[in-house]
Amino acid sequence: MLISKSIHFKYENLPPFDLPDLHLNPGDELLVLGKSGSGKTTLLHILGGLLKPQSGDVIIDGTSIYSLKGNALDKFRGEKIGIVFQKPHILSALTVMENLQIANYFVGKNKQNTIEKNLMELGISDKKSAKLDTLSEGEAQRVSIARALANEPKVILADEPTASLDDENAENVIRLLKIQAKRLQAVLIVVTHDQRVKNHIANQLTIGEVYR
Amino acid sequence: MNLLKLSWKYLIAKPLNTSLNILLLALGLAIITVLLLMQDQFENKMTKDAVGIDLVIGAKGSPLQLVLSSVYHIDFPTGNIDLEEAIGVSKNRLIKNTIPLGMGDNYQGFRIVGTNHDYLELYAVSFAAGSPWKKPFDVVIGHDVATKLGLQVGDTFVGSHGIGSASHDHDEHDYVITGVMEKQGSVVDQLILTSMESVWFTHDEDHDHALMELPVTTTGFPETTEPREITSLLVQYRNPIAAVQLPRFINSRSSLQAASPSFEISRLFELLGIGVTLVQGLAVIIIVISGLGIFIALYNSLKERKYDLAVMRTIGASKGLLFRHILLEGVLLTFLGALLGLLIGHLFLLILVVNYDQGAIAGLRADVFLVEELYLVFFAILIGVLASLLPAWNAYRTDIAKQLTK
Repeated sequence: MLISKSIHFKYENLPPFDLPDLHLNPGDELLVLGKSGSGKTTLLHILGGLLKPQSGDVIIDGTSIYSLKGNALDKFRGEKIGIVFQKPHILSALTVMENLQIANYFVGKNKQNTIEKNLMELGISDKKSAKLDTLSEGEAQRVSIARALANEPKVILADEPTASLDDENAENVIRLLKIQAKRLQAVLIVVTHDQRVKNHIANQLTIGEVYR
Repeated sequence: MNLLKLSWKYLIAKPLNTSLNILLLALGLAIITVLLLMQDQFENKMTKDAVGIDLVIGAKGSPLQLVLSSVYHIDFPTGNIDLEEAIGVSKNRLIKNTIPLGMGDNYQGFRIVGTNHDYLELYAVSFAAGSPWKKPFDVVIGHDVATKLGLQVGDTFVGSHGIGSASHDHDEHDYVITGVMEKQGSVVDQLILTSMESVWFTHDEDHDHALMELPVTTTGFPETTEPREITSLLVQYRNPIAAVQLPRFINSRSSLQAASPSFEISRLFELLGIGVTLVQGLAVIIIVISGLGIFIALYNSLKERKYDLAVMRTIGASKGLLFRHILLEGVLLTFLGALLGLLIGHLFLLILVVNYDQGAIAGLRADVFLVEELYLVFFAILIGVLASLLPAWNAYRTDIAKQLTK
């Protein structure tokens, strides 16, 4: 389902990263721990098809994603990979519902039912026509999860999803991510340095010390 | 959800900025629209009104004034000419036909013009009600006169001395309306037409009531025993040589002047042209500024929106889609501006026409649409494309990973 092989990445003027090889099956969970600057986010961007590594392969659902060109990669990302960021990044000009519909539109699908169901399960179906500035942090983060799930992805990547949330919301968010990943039989990778998340995901990987 | 809706949402997320840009562009385009509409209609109307009139002969003065007063009925006449002299000129072998005109009175601002039935024929007038005049003080009125003053056949009124507003009334004799003309779309819509005799008798000190019952002349010059004057003479050439010889011949005589409508009108448009060009220049400057405004607005908003754009990429939007998204925003803005501009232009003309129901503006229509207006819309869209090209290119190049880690 998700395989990464001998990934080597280097930013200009910084020492290179060599990122661990991964092999995850549908429904697997992985918690990636590490201090800031350890390359966690870089790893996530590489796995999410946002940042092309100097060498190595990322294979999702049988496709080597960096062999895809331009629009094909964007569409593949939209369809197969759901990404949740530390900050919610809701498109400010759109309502909650439109934020989710636009994700459908970008990959040429219409999954209104899925959207409605996700909103229900995430407990924000009453916020459908709200805009970003009327949502609380926790609600906004749940919207961003709903958006990541809008196209029923095969891989869910979460970058510090709980960092700006209080204990209760953090707990909720991680629980929802797990439930949804299970339901979709998707690979869930959470990158964090948040100790509160540790107890929820058993499969853990610490980067930064060895690979830096 | 689609791209159009997405662009629209981002536009209305900044209502003040958006409406300012739309309004600015609309203003520039509205000015051009009004100019286009007025120019087109003026030229049409001016050409139509002058059809069949090759030359105007009248008293010495400004040739343009003579044409404006005798053909278009918008300026004051240059004065009167002697009837005998006019008859003499009209016998020239180069002249096919002449129509005498006598002016000097008005009713409620509408000019009373003394002439003969040839004038009705010249404009191919048809009657909505009644028939042409037969006796002195019979008049027929134009369509606009009838509707604006609420007059109909059988009504009577008293003319006032002067061309524009009243000075004193000629209250010895009422005019009787014998006919109402159909809408002609030409200058006669604004006129009250009567016989030459009516105009003379109105201004006479003593009245010979027997004369008032005689039928009037319907073609050519009226016969008279007294020395009489007319205001001008509309001339039709017999052959093209007349255009060369006749004006020179008449202008060399001391008391008369000849003016060619087509020549004078092209001279008038040349004079007006400078003003029109000036206003056009102003409109273009406004449009360029609005284009610049749209460019700056998009360019600035892009700085705040790079994050949004990066997020769109992570949820599946391609580079090309973001390019089109920004481009569409600019085009949408200018398209709306163009529509609003056309609307304002037409409304402005409508207000102008409604408020000035007499004179040169009257007879213009605000509900006429020109092909040029379609070009204006395309022009506006082109501005939208130009203004949003660079911002769209920047959106295209957005580096997702870099934006997201900022």
